Amino acid sequence: MALDYEESKTKLIDGLKKKSKMKTKFYFKDLAKILEAKPREAKKVVNRMITEGELEYWSSGSTSMYGIPGTGKQAAAEHED
Amino acid sequence: MKHETPMLDQLEAGPWPSFVSDLKQQAEKRAKNEEGIDFQIPQDVVEDLLGVLELSFKDGETHWKHGGIVGVFGYGGGVIGRYCDQPEQFPGVAHFHTMRVNQPGGKFYKTEFLRDLCKLWDFRGSGLTNMHGSTGDIVFLGTTTPQLEEIFYEMTHKLNQDLGGSGSNLRTPSDCIGQARCEWACYDTQALCYDLTNEYQDELHRPAFPYKFKFKFDGCPNCCVASIARSDLSFIGTWRDDIKIDQEAVQAYIGGEFPPNGGSHSGRDWGPFSIEKEVIDLCPTNCMWMDGGKLKIDNKECTRCMHCICVMPRALRIGDDRGVSIFAGAKAPILDGAQMGSLIVPFIKAEPPYTEIKENVIEPIWDWWMEEGKNRERLGELMKRQGLQKLLEVCGFDPDPRMVQEPRSNPYIFWKEEEVTGGWERDVDAFRKKHQR
Repeated sequence: MALDYEESKTKLIDGLKKKSKMKTKFYFKDLAKILEAKPREAKKVVNRMITEGELEYWSSGSTSMYGIPGTGKQAAAEHED
Repeated sequence: MKHETPMLDQLEAGPWPSFVSDLKQQAEKRAKNEEGIDFQIPQDVVEDLLGVLELSFKDGETHWKHGGIVGVFGYGGGVIGRYCDQPEQFPGVAHFHTMRVNQPGGKFYKTEFLRDLCKLWDFRGSGLTNMHGSTGDIVFLGTTTPQLEEIFYEMTHKLNQDLGGSGSNLRTPSDCIGQARCEWACYDTQALCYDLTNEYQDELHRPAFPYKFKFKFDGCPNCCVASIARSDLSFIGTWRDDIKIDQEAVQAYIGGEFPPNGGSHSGRDWGPFSIEKEVIDLCPTNCMWMDGGKLKIDNKECTRCMHCICVMPRALRIGDDRGVSIFAGAKAPILDGAQMGSLIVPFIKAEPPYTEIKENVIEPIWDWWMEEGKNRERLGELMKRQGLQKLLEVCGFDPDPRMVQEPRSNPYIFWKEEEVTGGWERDVDAFRKKHQR
């Protein structure tokens, strides 16, 4: 069954905020776990949140991660904000 | 030059080409700017690059910071953030992001296309390129964050050109030149590569895999793009029927009329061609012999090593019933060391629209790996952790002796309970009647 977008978005942002003291960048699997969804279903929600600017990508070049925009040291340190 | 580079200069001392000379040439070209380019990033970017590299040599450690949030809108790959940790000393490379450009099939293109790309990159980047990166991409080295969207717009709207893959994505699929120029290509590598690139745009640009995933396409077992060693899913052309033999041409090779190996290795005199020494004795499965002046091949023993065909291309040709073998799990080191691909599909036809390849091979493997793969675990590592048997199960393939690396030396088969008559349970009382404690 397809996930409800608004409900999933709130669930994901709450989940990420809860963990934001520990870390600010998350693997895709972490997001799917918070959403309690199969990877392909979770990807639909995550893609839309990226498009709407609710999430942002972080990439080392070899691995990709996700975060809430503006969180973490990276943004300020690299003059991207 | 802006910075003294005594250590880098030593790299120019040998007889071989040096990237340091190339960088200096480019630095000079930008300084002179004879074409009057309105540079959008610092003019001395290359000089600062040389400077920071010299400093790294001096300090014995890197001055690049790893990764970042840069990218183009909607894409989670194709741009790799690079920042210098000495921006005051080297302001030209404070931002020095890499962009990956999806290379055209078989890596051949018109000079006009190359000129357009270089023109764009001279204008909005450092002008330094890497032709080609190991995945095959055209790599643009060094630009600043504000230029990324501009470059992406120009490429997609004017050059009809997409970015490649990076991060936890499907990486830019890479192929050999295939049937465009090679008589050994058993399928149209460029057609399959292009089709899958388009089909899997979402996987290429929006990262949701546990780690990187690579497709590579080789037209024949010569493996010119080394797919068997470098790609999570490797497509290698093969044939099911017999190698075609032109006995007259065999005689022409024996008689010295045709040079062996298509005339390569002709730098010195190796003596007259010997079919015994150079072909028959080198066959890894000993499946060739001469019989009354005729070359014979026991095709069922042939492992498609390609040696005989490469030595005598005018006499021996690939068979007519062609398709691909698919191998899974190759990768470079990090965990468990380097791994070659394991054969999972001995033969499949490679004909558009490639539905069987997509629905029965690629997608079930991805579903399994996306669910079961740990963060930063390659397919090959998951295959090692859960077993080839598990992969066959998720794809619904029947095990086949050709999938076993050493079928004649490893006698162990792991059966499942449902595969064994009677299962694991036994009647202990019945057993005790025959066997004492």
